[in-house]
This record gives sequence, structure tokens and C-alpha cells, in this order.
Amino acid sequence: MNREVIVSSGKIARELSEAEVKEIEHELTLYPDKKAVGLEALKIVQRHNGWVSDESMLAISKYLDIALSELEGVATFFNLIYRRPVGKNVILFCDSVSCWIMGCEKIRKEINDHLGIDYGETTEDGEYTLIPVPCLGDCDKAPVMLVGEKMHRNLTADSIKSLSSSGKAQNKSGE
Amino acid sequence: MAKVTIDGVIYELNPENNLLQECLSQGLDVPYFCWHPCMGSVGACRQCAVKQYRDENDTKGTIVMACMTPVSDGAILSVDDEQTKAFRAGVIESLMTSHPHDCPVCEEGGECHLQDMTQMSGHNYRRHDKKKVTHHNQYLGPFISHEMNRCITCYRCVRYYDDYAGGTDLSAQASHHHTYFGRFEEGTLENEFSGNLVEVCPTGVFTDKTFSENYTRKWDLQVAPSVCVGCSVGCNITPGERYGTLRRVVNRYNDEINGYFICDRGRFGAHYVNSESRIRGAKDASGLSIAVGDAEAKLGVVMQEENVIGIGSPRASNEANFALRSRVGAENFYSGHSDDEHAALEIIISALRDEAFHCPSIREIENADAVLLLGIDVTNVASRVALALRQSVRNLSKNLAQESRIPVWQDSAVRELAQDQLSPLAIFSVGATRLDDVATFKVNLAPDELLKAAVQLDSVISGESVDGSHADIGPTPKCLNQISEALLGASNPLIVCGTSAGVEMLRVATNIGHSIRAQRDVAVDLALLPTEGNSVGHALMVREGNTLGEAFERIAKNSIKSALILENDLYNRAPSAKVIAAFESLENRIVIDHIETKTTQASTLLLPSTAFSEHEATFVNYEGRAQLSFQVNDCGTSAKAAWRWLLDEESHSPDSVISKCSEDISDFSKLTECLPKAGSLVAGMKVPRQSHRYSGRTAMSAKANVHEGKQAVDKDSVMSFSMEGVYPQKDASILASPWAPSWTSNQSISKFQSEVNGALKQGQSGVHLLSRCNKGFKYKVEVPEKTIQGLQIFPAQHIFGSEELSGHAPPIQERMTDAYAAISPKTASEIGVDAGDFVRFRGSEICVEVSIRVLVPDAVVLVYPGNRAAGVHFNFRDIGRSQILERVETAPEKIASTRLGLSQLLVNDLFGERG
Repeated sequence: MNREVIVSSGKIARELSEAEVKEIEHELTLYPDKKAVGLEALKIVQRHNGWVSDESMLAISKYLDIALSELEGVATFFNLIYRRPVGKNVILFCDSVSCWIMGCEKIRKEINDHLGIDYGETTEDGEYTLIPVPCLGDCDKAPVMLVGEKMHRNLTADSIKSLSSSGKAQNKSGE
Repeated sequence: MAKVTIDGVIYELNPENNLLQECLSQGLDVPYFCWHPCMGSVGACRQCAVKQYRDENDTKGTIVMACMTPVSDGAILSVDDEQTKAFRAGVIESLMTSHPHDCPVCEEGGECHLQDMTQMSGHNYRRHDKKKVTHHNQYLGPFISHEMNRCITCYRCVRYYDDYAGGTDLSAQASHHHTYFGRFEEGTLENEFSGNLVEVCPTGVFTDKTFSENYTRKWDLQVAPSVCVGCSVGCNITPGERYGTLRRVVNRYNDEINGYFICDRGRFGAHYVNSESRIRGAKDASGLSIAVGDAEAKLGVVMQEENVIGIGSPRASNEANFALRSRVGAENFYSGHSDDEHAALEIIISALRDEAFHCPSIREIENADAVLLLGIDVTNVASRVALALRQSVRNLSKNLAQESRIPVWQDSAVRELAQDQLSPLAIFSVGATRLDDVATFKVNLAPDELLKAAVQLDSVISGESVDGSHADIGPTPKCLNQISEALLGASNPLIVCGTSAGVEMLRVATNIGHSIRAQRDVAVDLALLPTEGNSVGHALMVREGNTLGEAFERIAKNSIKSALILENDLYNRAPSAKVIAAFESLENRIVIDHIETKTTQASTLLLPSTAFSEHEATFVNYEGRAQLSFQVNDCGTSAKAAWRWLLDEESHSPDSVISKCSEDISDFSKLTECLPKAGSLVAGMKVPRQSHRYSGRTAMSAKANVHEGKQAVDKDSVMSFSMEGVYPQKDASILASPWAPSWTSNQSISKFQSEVNGALKQGQSGVHLLSRCNKGFKYKVEVPEKTIQGLQIFPAQHIFGSEELSGHAPPIQERMTDAYAAISPKTASEIGVDAGDFVRFRGSEICVEVSIRVLVPDAVVLVYPGNRAAGVHFNFRDIGRSQILERVETAPEKIASTRLGLSQLLVNDLFGERG
């Protein structure tokens, strides 16, 4: 029996879509127990929705019978599980050693100017979210960044200009 | 034993343990955070670094974590090595980078493991000048405050709360410098043992909210070794008092009983002592206050009559019960238990005398490797037992570890190895219990079917053929066989049952014990749990046949004009009509109590008594273990220990009452062994209840009177109400609150233990009163025929509010639930009710809210009689055994409830939309 979790905010689990359920069910066949599928389920839900809302957390917790707080522990441990809404394209911007040596700070400034967003912020049109990442494994082509699933290498000020967007930062509260 | 050289000194250490534990056992100061004596090692904090050398010629050595290093013969180590010391100072400096250094406003200050370890590691000056990481704190309910900024990420909280206590609503979140320990969102921490977080957290992240509201530093509290009277376990506690009020309760280590942990009823329920409902002065029939002298005179007049009867109490001390028994005569002293409770106690006591059994201590319960729980929701009746059972199911993982040659103290390795494999725990219950998550076998049936199933199990265990005609309802023969094999194949099988399971179930539990005993060479562990703090002690004083029902009979025959009722609300012990009839026939109803009840309201003379922390007394727990509880403070009112109203005060002291009791009643002959040994005092000086640093002694009463009053004198006890005397140093015979140089927190307890987790040096862990000299027999069990109409009624128990006292504590009030009738979805649809509707028990005035639960068996109603302290409560005995529920169309005005309703109900099987 899957327990209906009661949370003080009164939020309730959303209905998982047929596609989400199908993918989660597939993962369940690959692991010895339900608990092990928690992370995969988070990834599946994020793939379908862009991020993982509280309602989605409640839905996964109920579906897999994992304690809600335990699932939150997993979701928040991984930087790439988003517990807040993000833009259509997430820019994972490397600020690690090689990219730093190759002047990534200047590129970051360029992103700030061009898109009007800093780390943790999303453009007003909801196109881009900027997040720092420690190393993308492409140091010989530093500085680098990942936009959505596309890798951008040997970044220059010009390569930033190719990102099209209008407007300024929408979300100033991020860290 | 392994010979190990530490800083040039050779020690004999236990090779089964890790180095940190053994160093602490030897009294060495090695700093640590993540390790806890009860929870093993995970090597998370890196604080317990020591240096290990390969051999005599190795001068460089290697830094190792003491908690993760096994003791090995011939090892050469150093704690004092300079490089290691610098390493430890560096570790604590990094752990402290975001710590707010708010000790002056932190409740932990002065008894803080982090303060101690920082001092010990030599991190004196802060170098990190960057911004500190700060966190949002959560509301965690009425018991616990949350201040995450103080966290040093040792992970002890989640290891205790989730791994040890089985909680599910606290987790470690995020990672590295923003690791967070909290709930998914704000809300009450649900686990029944959440209060221990206050003591487990090495700093002030989790603090006692009730204590913060009336805060006092550890050294300003007046303390004494005490015993919890919240249930029949008798956990050892240390209440702290200041300005005449109880400020807090903390765990007091006892290696055989509670160890390091107590339940939330014990910790927060003790605040009833400060309740508005306390009785502070004597009252006459019209409820007007009268002077102590007048009250004594009135009592004296009544006591001159012939045939005054006394009704005792399972929540009163041995001394109070004994004094009443002496005053009215044993033939006139009656049980304060209800008749069914009394019958249950007779079975429990005869099992304590039966040589076939052994009644396990809490520590021994943890060692059980196959457990059978019969008809009892232990978490809500004797909570500390449930915490021990939760450890017992891990014994399989310890065996697996030993097979794989993994030391059992390697906590995460052992858990990883075992995954979800648990030692067998079979739960026979009516509805859900709070241990269901670790049960291997679960038999959930209506009371009569459950009894049948248990009788069948007994037959299977004794190898008799089983009538399979009930197989469609009860457990399958295969299931019964598996449970039987688990119990017979175990080296420490344990059977747990209790008063709340009913008399017949107790008989079956005893029978099953006999059946297992017949196939073993040694006694079988049988834990039969009464519900109250001194149930066993009280029952031992009652002469055979002197039941409460018999007392009512005598009163009804009009031969009795006067009764003395001791600390007991008779409206919880018999149907209201019987109590009212008895009270009407009695001319004099003298009640001695410390808290208002329906019985005190009906008294013609009310005498105030003191609460557990205000007098010295002994109590007998479920094992028949008698323990002495010292007085913490003077109550400051005209209330007296109950025995003082009944015996000549001038010629008696608590010790002399105890001596007299042990002379007069053979079962109590060993009671005097509870008393401190003569000559245990240093130079004849008393043990102070106040610390050397106790402040404001001459000023604390100045707001009432500028004269400096004389320090209160305790002429009865070996303890004094002052700071003069000899404070226990390494002798724990009278140890209220541990403290040792460099160790201000409760972690200093290792300085008082013979070894880590061992007995206290010169400690007293109670006296077993009863000897096992009887040859027991199997009871004949009456399985009721299913002839009854309507629903079967079974009482629901709640940790917060099922006994008479803790409900009067304000923090407990916040967690209490109103009266309800819990039924299954099928039963609900048959009656035509939904959750939240009200129903009436046919033929009575009793109306309660409906709670629909998936795991309540069909045709059963679990009844909870409500919030006694708030007066929103009915007498459970006013409804018969089986009943018909009727829907109440419009909730009548009469249906009283508190503002919380059923919102605090903690069950896993609520049906449909949230309650």
C-alpha cells in the first residue's frame, strides 16, 4: 500500500503521465528494489517537465514508496536535479582550473552583459538558465560550456553573442 | 585481549572493538563527533585521528582514524603526537568555518560536545574570514527547535533518527558546504523518540523547545537521579529544577534499561509537574481550601472508624501504597487496577515467578534474534521496548557481518551488507502498529480471530495437529510453521505481550512460552508489559481477592462508610455507573492526589500529594525490578508525599518506610537493597543536588523576600538541597548529571562507565524483587464463540495521552488526539459513514468521530477515548465489548473536541483523502 503523504503546505502528489510511468516501470525491471529507482525516476520526471516540483516529488515518493525526506536527500544531493524551474536551455558554465586559466571570467561577464543573467538566474523569456559546473572534461579546449546538450568549446566573446535572447535576469534570488 | 602501546604506556584492549571506543574505555581523551557509543563508526568527521606506527623503528607513523581502526595486538600508537594534534586542530577549524559562535545565546552552551572538542583539539583562533554559510531553520513541532547554522555535519542526527529509531521524516539534504539536516518541509518530527536528537546532536542544532521557553544553564539546575513513571519500563532520567519549576528531563544512563535513550512521553510528559491542574492545597467537601492541620484532623476523625477501605494506585510509589495498606490494614486494601487489569497483573506476576521464563531487560531485548509480539502496539504502550525491538531485528545483519569478518562496529558496512534482511519479528495485532515496517510476519485480525490464531501458533510450536478450518481468515499453516521455526531455531527467542492485549492473550503468550521452553534447555525470554509506572509494585501489595470490583461490592452492601483513594481516577478503572453508585454510598471519600481528576472532584476531603520529582520513592517495573528515585526539589506548597498523610511523619523517613515495607511484605524483602549503601558517602558528607557553579543562591528568592532564607535542609536523604558536599567524581552510585574535567556534555558518561556501554562504576541498576521458584503451567484459554452482534471493540493506545499524567504537559497537549472510532473502509460503507462523520455507540450517550483506516480488520472498531487532560474524554468501560455504531446526523453540541481534533493522529493507513 502506498501511503498518502501529508505535508503541512497542503500540496498533493500530481498524476504521473503515462510516458513517465512507462519509463519508471522499465527502470524497475533493472533494479533489485524500488528504492534504487529513486534517482532514475527523478531524472525521468525532469526530462519530461524540465524540473522536479514538490508535486512531482510527492508523486515519485508515493509511486515508489520512498520516504519523502529521503527522496529529497537524493534530489538535492545531485546538482543537476533541478528543484526550481529552469529555462529551456541550461547553460552549464565551467569555472574550474583550466577554464579559469583560459579566462572564463571574461566569458562569464559577457554572458552577464548579453543575456542579463548571473549564476542561478534565468532570462526573462525563460530561454536560458546559467549554472556553474566544476569541469566538463574538455580542458584542452577551455574555456567551455554546455548549452542544453550541445558543447561549446574555445569560447570567445563572439561565441556568446550567438546565443540569442532578449531581456534581463528574471530570477535574482538564486544562488 | 590485545596488548597495545599508546604514548609509551601498554594497555590491554578488547580486539573486538575499535580503537576510539577502547581509548575512551581507558579514560583517554580522544576527541570525536560522528561516533556514538550506540551507533558504531562511520569515519565521517575525521576528528579522532591518532598516529599508528608500523613497529618500534618506525618514527614517522601514519595518521589513522581511531574509530575506523580495529584494535590489534602489538599496535603502537600515539594520541599526543604533534603532527596528529595539528591535524585534529585543522579538522575542527574546518568544521567550524560556518559555525556562528553563538554560545552565549545557545541552549547547548555549557554542556556542549562541540565546545569540549574545540577546547580539547586546541583550535583557539578563527582564521576563516569569508562569509559564513547560513541556513533556513524549520518549525519541527512542539518538542524540538532547529538552528541549522550551528551544524558541523557529523551526520549523527540522521544516523540516530533514521537508522536507529526508524524515523522517516528527517534526512541529510544537499552536499558539501550547504549540507542540510531537516524535513522535506516544516512540520512536526513524527518519531516517538525525537527528543533524543537533543542529546545526540553534539552541538545546538536540535534543542529542547520546552526547555528553551524556561531556560536555565546546566550548572544552574538542581538535579537528582530519578526514574520515569510514564510507563512500566522505568527508564532512568534526570529532571532539572530551578525556581520551583521542572525545567527539563534528560536521559540518565543505565546500562540494563534505557541506555542512552528515552521516549518523548518520558522527556516531555514530565512537564505535568508544572501543570495548572496540580493540586496545591487541601480541600473540603465543598471544594474550599482548608489548612493542613484541619485536613489532618478531618482525616484522623474518619480513620477512627472501623472498616475504612483503601484503594491503591499503579501510578503511586511503593511507599504510598504501602502506607495506605498499613493505615487501613491489608484486608481493607484494594487494588486500584480495573478488574481486567488486575487479572492481567496476576498472570504477569506469576510469569515473573515462573522458572520457565526470564524477563529480559531492555538491553537483553536488543539481543533477541526472533520476536513474537502478541496483540500489543508496543510503541504506544511501553515505547522504550519498541526502540529496543527495532535494534533486535538487526541481529541478523550482525551475524552476517561476523560471517564476512566485518567488525560489527563498522556501521555503514554492516548495513550495506545486510540491505533489507532482518531477524524475524512476527506481529499479531488488531490493526497497524508502529513496528510494522520491520515485521517479517504480520497477522492482522479481529480480536477473537487473533486469539484463535495465537492459540493455533501455540499448537504448531508444541507439534500438535492444527485445525485448519479457519485458514481462510487467519494466517496460513505455512505462515504459522515459519513463525514457529523462527522461534524454535533462535538462540534468544522473545515473546512480548501486555495488559493492553487482554487477559486471554496474556495466557496464550505464557502458554507459547511454555511450549518453547519444553524444547529448550534454558529459560525463555517473556516480556509481559503492564501499562503504568508501578503496576507490578502495586499489584504485589494487594491481597488475593481484593479487587476493585470486590471493594465496590463491599461498599454496595453498606458496610463501608469511608474510603481512602490514592492517586487514582476510578473513572478509568470501572464503568461510570459503578463508580457513581459507590461514591453515593460512601459518606467519606478521601482522595490523595497531585493532579485533578474526576475522582478528586468527587472527594469529600482532598489531600494534596507531591509529584515524582518532589519526593523520594521506589517503583517496580515490568521485570519486577525495584528502583529508587530521589527527590529533586521541594514542591513549595502544602503538598506532601502521600505516605506522610498516612503514617506518623515524625517517626518516619522515606528510608524507614522502605525498611518497614520490606519487613512486612515478603515480596518486598529485597527493597532495602535499593537504598544507598551506608558508608558510601565521602567523610559522611551529603551529595549535592546543585553544582559547584550554582548561581544566585542568595538572590533567587529576593523578588519575594529580601531576607536571605536558610538553605532548605533535607533531613531524610543522602542528597542535600545545596552545592556543599562531595559531588560524584568517578563514582556513579548517586550520579544525576555527568560532568568530568574537559567533558561538560552528556558524553562525559564514558568517564563513569566501567567501559564504554558498560555498567556505571559503583552504579545501581535496581533490584529484582521476585525470585523464580514456581513451576508454571499452561493456562486453559477461552476462545470466545462468535455469537456477538455488532462490531468488536478494541482499545487504541497512544503514546501521547493514554496514561493519566503526561497529557497535562503543555507540549504533549499539542500532540494529542481526540476520541475516535477507527473502522475499515468496508465497515464504514456498511454503516454508511465517511471519515469525519460522528457516530454514537448504540445504547449510550457516547459520540465520537470516525477515522477510516485500511488496516483495521472488518467488523472491528478501534476506540480511543480522547483527551483526558482537556476533559474531552469518555470512560472506555462505559461501552460494552461489542457494539453497534449509528451515524449521528448533525454533530450535536455535546460532542466536545479540542481544536486539534484528529490532526495529530500518526498512523500509516488512513484511507483515501487525508484525515
